[in-house]
Amino acid sequence: MNQSVYSSAGSYAETIVQLTHIMFVAAAVITLLVVVLTAIALFAKPSWKSKLSKERVVVWGGIAFPVVTLTILLIYGFMVLSMADLQIEEDESVQISVVGEQWWWRFTYTAEDGTTFETANELRIPTDKPIVLRLTSADVIHSFWIPAYGGKLDMIPGRENVMKIEVNKPGVYRGQCAEYCGGAHALMSMYSVAMPQEEFDAWLKSESADAASSADAKGKQIFLGNGCGSCHTIRGTTASGTIGPDLTHVGSRISLAAGTLRTSKENFAGWIANHKQIKPENKMPGYDYLSDVDVEQLATFLSELK
Amino acid sequence: MPDIRGANVNASSALPNPAPRDPQEKEELLRIWASPPGWRLISDVNNRVIGLLYMGAALTFFVLAGILALVMRTQLAVPENSLVSQELYNQLFTVHGTTMMFLFAVPAVEALGVLLLPQMLAARDLPFPRLGAFAVWAYIIGGTVFFSTIFYDLAPQGGWFMYPPLTLSEYSPGNNADFWLLGIGFIEISAIAGAIEIIVGVLRTRPPGMSLDKLPVFAWAMLIFAGMIVVAFPAVILATMLLEIERSFGWVFFSAEHGGDPLLWQHLFWFFGHPEVYIIFLPAAGLVSMMVPTIARTPLVGHKLIVVALIATGFFSFGLWVHHMFTTGIPALSMAFFSAASMAVAIPSGVQIFSWIATLASSRQRIAFTPPALFILGMLFIFTVGGLTGVMVAMVPFDWQAHDTYFIVAHLHYVLIGGMVFPLFATYYYWAPMLSRRLLSERMGKWCFWLMFIGFNVAFLPMHVVGLAGMPRRVWTYGTESGFGIYNLVSTLGSYLIGIGVLIFIIDLVRNFRVGASGPVNPWKAGTLEWLPGDVYSTRSIPIVKSREPLWDQPGLTEEVERGQHYLPNAPTGGRETLITSPIEAKPQYVMQMPGPGWAHVVAAVLTAACFLLLTIKAVTIALVCGVGAIVACLVWVWELDKGPGAGPVDIGGGIKLPVYVPGSSGHSWWAMVIVMLVAGSLFFSYIFSYLYVWTVSPEYWPQGENQLPSLERGFTSALLFALAWLAFWASRKSLAQPGSKNPLTPLLVLGGVLLSVAGVGNEVHAYYQVGIDPTESTYAALVYMASVLNGQVILAVVIMGLFVVARHVAGKLDAVRCISLENTNLLAYYALAQALVSLLLIHGFPRGVLG
Repeated sequence: MNQSVYSSAGSYAETIVQLTHIMFVAAAVITLLVVVLTAIALFAKPSWKSKLSKERVVVWGGIAFPVVTLTILLIYGFMVLSMADLQIEEDESVQISVVGEQWWWRFTYTAEDGTTFETANELRIPTDKPIVLRLTSADVIHSFWIPAYGGKLDMIPGRENVMKIEVNKPGVYRGQCAEYCGGAHALMSMYSVAMPQEEFDAWLKSESADAASSADAKGKQIFLGNGCGSCHTIRGTTASGTIGPDLTHVGSRISLAAGTLRTSKENFAGWIANHKQIKPENKMPGYDYLSDVDVEQLATFLSELK
Repeated sequence: MPDIRGANVNASSALPNPAPRDPQEKEELLRIWASPPGWRLISDVNNRVIGLLYMGAALTFFVLAGILALVMRTQLAVPENSLVSQELYNQLFTVHGTTMMFLFAVPAVEALGVLLLPQMLAARDLPFPRLGAFAVWAYIIGGTVFFSTIFYDLAPQGGWFMYPPLTLSEYSPGNNADFWLLGIGFIEISAIAGAIEIIVGVLRTRPPGMSLDKLPVFAWAMLIFAGMIVVAFPAVILATMLLEIERSFGWVFFSAEHGGDPLLWQHLFWFFGHPEVYIIFLPAAGLVSMMVPTIARTPLVGHKLIVVALIATGFFSFGLWVHHMFTTGIPALSMAFFSAASMAVAIPSGVQIFSWIATLASSRQRIAFTPPALFILGMLFIFTVGGLTGVMVAMVPFDWQAHDTYFIVAHLHYVLIGGMVFPLFATYYYWAPMLSRRLLSERMGKWCFWLMFIGFNVAFLPMHVVGLAGMPRRVWTYGTESGFGIYNLVSTLGSYLIGIGVLIFIIDLVRNFRVGASGPVNPWKAGTLEWLPGDVYSTRSIPIVKSREPLWDQPGLTEEVERGQHYLPNAPTGGRETLITSPIEAKPQYVMQMPGPGWAHVVAAVLTAACFLLLTIKAVTIALVCGVGAIVACLVWVWELDKGPGAGPVDIGGGIKLPVYVPGSSGHSWWAMVIVMLVAGSLFFSYIFSYLYVWTVSPEYWPQGENQLPSLERGFTSALLFALAWLAFWASRKSLAQPGSKNPLTPLLVLGGVLLSVAGVGNEVHAYYQVGIDPTESTYAALVYMASVLNGQVILAVVIMGLFVVARHVAGKLDAVRCISLENTNLLAYYALAQALVSLLLIHGFPRGVLG
C-alpha cells in the first residue's frame, strides 16, 4: 500500500532512508556494547571487571564517546536538513494549495488557462518537476504526510506552511493525516498519483473540465433534489456547495471518503446508506430516508462522474 | 537572637547524649507520633501514612490506566476491529496518557519522596506535614473524579496534549475538555505543594553533618525534580488558564482569526511537557543510583559526575521543548538549535549508565539476581534503547517521518517505562522491607520481572517497525490492506504479558506487604540512613553523619542511634518536632515545632476539589461556596501554626541549645514562601513570554497611536497605589509592638496595604475598559486583561492573608517576636506588588516605548 517511510519516491525521501539505516545500525551497535559491558561487569573475571570499574570509564564512555558520535551525527543531520530546502523558481514549479478539513483534504490546482479548480482527497503530481504545496487548515490542526515523498508538515489555522517536493518514481502512494484532529482522524487518508509530465498534463486538462454529462439523469435529480449540491460542487451542474469535497470527477478517484473505501458503485451506495457507521462523526447529514432504488441510482450517477 | 549560621557539631568527641536513656522518652515519642486509631486515620499527617496512601493511589491509577491501554491494544489487535467505538477510543488514549503522566508518574515520584526522604535524612517528618496531606487528598479526590469520566462518556478526547483549536468549544463542545483543564490544572497545584515540601525538606531537615556533598543521590534528584516542577508546571497552568478562559468567557488567545495562535499553546505546553519527562526520570535515576551501590556492596563510581549529570539534565531539559514541534514549520535555525540541544541531553544519561555499569563491575562478589537487581538490569537495556531512538528523533529530517507515528509511541514507552516504571518496581522490591514486616516474595518478583521485561519488548519493539511502515498514532482502526495487522497482533500479545506481570506483583503485594515496624533491619546491608531501625517517630535519635554511606563507614551507628545517643532523643517541646539545619553544611539551627493530625486540611482538600469540579460542570454558585469554605478551612488549619517562642530554647544534646521559633530568612516558612514566589514568578514569566510571542505573530493587533491604549495618567495612578501599598506593608512590620502589648497602627497599616493593592488592580481594569479594550475581540486585548487576572489572583491571596494577620493581632497572637504570619504576608505582598509594577511596564510601556 506504499505508506511506508521506505517506499521513497524521490531523492530526498531516499536520503532520509539512508539516514535511518545508518542510525539504526549505530543504535544496534551501541545497544550491543552496553549489553556486553554489563555482562562483563556481572560475569567476567576480576581482572576484566576491575578495568571497567574506574571513574575514567564513566568519563570516556559517558562523556567523550557520546560527544564525538553525536557531533558527527549532528553535522550529517544538518547536511540532510539543508537539502530539504529545495531552491525552486516560481514559474518552473507546480503550485498546489492543500487545505486540511475535518476529515478530508481539499486540493486547489491552477489549470493551463490560469483558472483554478478544486479536487479532493487525491493528489496528482507530475514526476521530475518541483512541486510547491501550500498547506493550510480550515478548522483544527492537521498534518500532511505522504511518507514516500519524505516527511510531514503540519497544517495550522492562521498559518501557511510550504512543502517543496520532487518525485522521480511514478506510482500510487498513500498518505494519512498525522496530527490528531479529533473524531475520525484515523480515517483521514489520501492517495497520491505521481505520473509523467504528459500524463499529468492530460489529467489536468480533463480534471479542470466540467463533469461529463451523465446519461443517468435520474441519479442527478436525486442528487440535486436532496440538497447535496448545497455542500458539494459538481461543475457543469447547479450543484455548487463548497462545504464538502468537490465531486466533479469523483468517479475517477482511487478512494472514497478520504481513503476510507475503494471507489466503486457498490461502495458509493454503501457510503450513502451507512456513512455514519463507516466514518463516525463525519459532517455529512444522514440519508437513511432514501429508498434502495434512489441510493442505487445516486451511486450509479456518482460512479460515472469520471 | 539565635545564631543563624547554626551550631557547630563536634564530630570527633563523644556522642551527644549519654545512655542509657529514660525509657519514658521512647514512650513519649511513640505517644506523640502515634497515628489516630480507626477511621480517624484520615486525619493523620505522618509521612509514612501519607506516603503509603499517596503511593497506593498512584499505583491504583497506574493499574487503571494500564487497563485502558489493554482495551486499546485489544481494539488494535486486528484491522477494522469494531470492539471499541471511535469516540470511546479517542477518550481512552486521552485518559490513558493524562492519567499515566499526571495521576501516576509525577504523584508516584512525589510519593516516594514523601516516604523515603525523611527516612534517608533521618528527619522525624517532612517540614509541612499538613500541606503534604492536603496535596495527597486533593490529588486523590480530583484524580478519581477525573478518571471516572471515562465511565459516563464525559472524558476529554483532545489527547493528553489538548491542542487547540481542537479543544476550543467550537470543536469540543460539552464539558469533557473542561474536566481535563480544571482537573489537571488542580492536580498540578497539588504537585507544586509537594515540590515545596520536598525542597525545604531536602535543604533544611538534613541530619547534622550531612553537608551537600554527603547528600544521598536520591535526595539530589528530588531536589532537582522539585526545582523543575517549580519552573515548568506554571507554564502549563498558565496554558490551561488561558484555554479555559477562552472556552468559558470567549477571551481569544488561540483563535487565529483574532490574532491568536494555536502554537502559543504548544510552546507553553511543551515548555512544561518536555521537562516533565525528566521530572519523571530523574528521581527514578536517583533511586537506581541508590540501589546499585547496595547491590554491588561498593560506593557509587563517579558520584560527583552523577550529581553534575542530574543537574545538567535539569538545565538541558528546558532547552528542548521545540523538538516536539519540528513539523510545525518553524525556522530552520531554531530547528538546528533544538536538534543539537536534544542530542546534548543524551550525555548526562550516558554518564549515569556508565557509572552504574562501573559500579557493578567494582563489586568484589557475584551480583545476586534479586528482583531489584533484575529490574535495574532490565531498565539499563530498555532505557538505553529508548535513549538511542531519542537521538534518532532529535535528527530533524528523520523526525519529519517518525513524528506522530507508532515509532514515537515505541520511543516514549521505552524511555518512560525503562526510565521510570522499571526503577519504580525495583524500588518496590527494594524498599518494601523498610515499611513492611515481610519482604516481598523473591520468586514472584522474578516472575513479575521476566513477564514484564519480555512482554514489554514484545509489545513495543514491533511498534518501531509499524510506525515507519506508516502507522500514525492515535488511530482507533486501520485498514486490512495496510499490512499493519501482524505487528499490532504481536504488540497486543506482549501487552497482555505485561498485564500478567503487574497482576503477579499485586498478588505478591496483597500476600506479603504488611505495614509494621518489626521488619528485618537493613536486609540488603545498605549504607544509607533509611535503613536505621525506626518507628512512627522515624529514628530514635538524629545521627551525626560523617560520610555518604554512614551505615558502612560509621561502625556502631545503628546501635548508638537506637539507644538515643545522638541528637534529639526526646521531645523537649512535648509535641512533634524535627531538627532544622543549615542548607549547605547542615549545622543544627533550631527545633521546628510541627503540627499533628487534624481535620481542617482534609476539609480544605475536599472543598477545593469540589470547587474545581463544580466549576467544570458550571455550577458556579455552589462552587464559590465550596471555594470560600476551603479558604476558611485553610485559615483554621494555619491558625495554630505560628506558635511563638514559648517552649524554647531546648537542649538537643552535645551541649547544643536551640530555639524553637525563628522568624526571618532562616525560618522554614520563609523558605517555603520564597518558593511560592518563584512559582508565581514562573507563571508570570510564562505570561510575559505569551504576550511577546503573540506580538511577534500578529503585531498588527497592537495599538497604533493612543487607540486601544490605556492612558499613561491611569498607569501612573496604579503605580502610585502599588508603591503606597508597598510602603504600608513595610511600615506594618516596623510597627509591631513588643510581646504583651498591641500597636493599633499595625492592623490599620496592613488593611491599608490590602486596600491600596486592590485599588491599584481595580484602577487598571477600569482604565482598560474606559478605552474600549475588549478581551473577546483580539488576543492583544485578552492579554492586557490577563495581566490583571494574574495580579488579581496573587493580591487576592494577600487580601486573605492580610485579614488573617489582622485577626492574629486582635487575638493577641502577633507581636515583634511572634511575627511569622505577618512576615510571610509581607513577603507575598512585596512579590505581588513587584509583579504588578512589572505588568504596568509591559502594558503601558511596551506599546509606547518599543512600538513608538
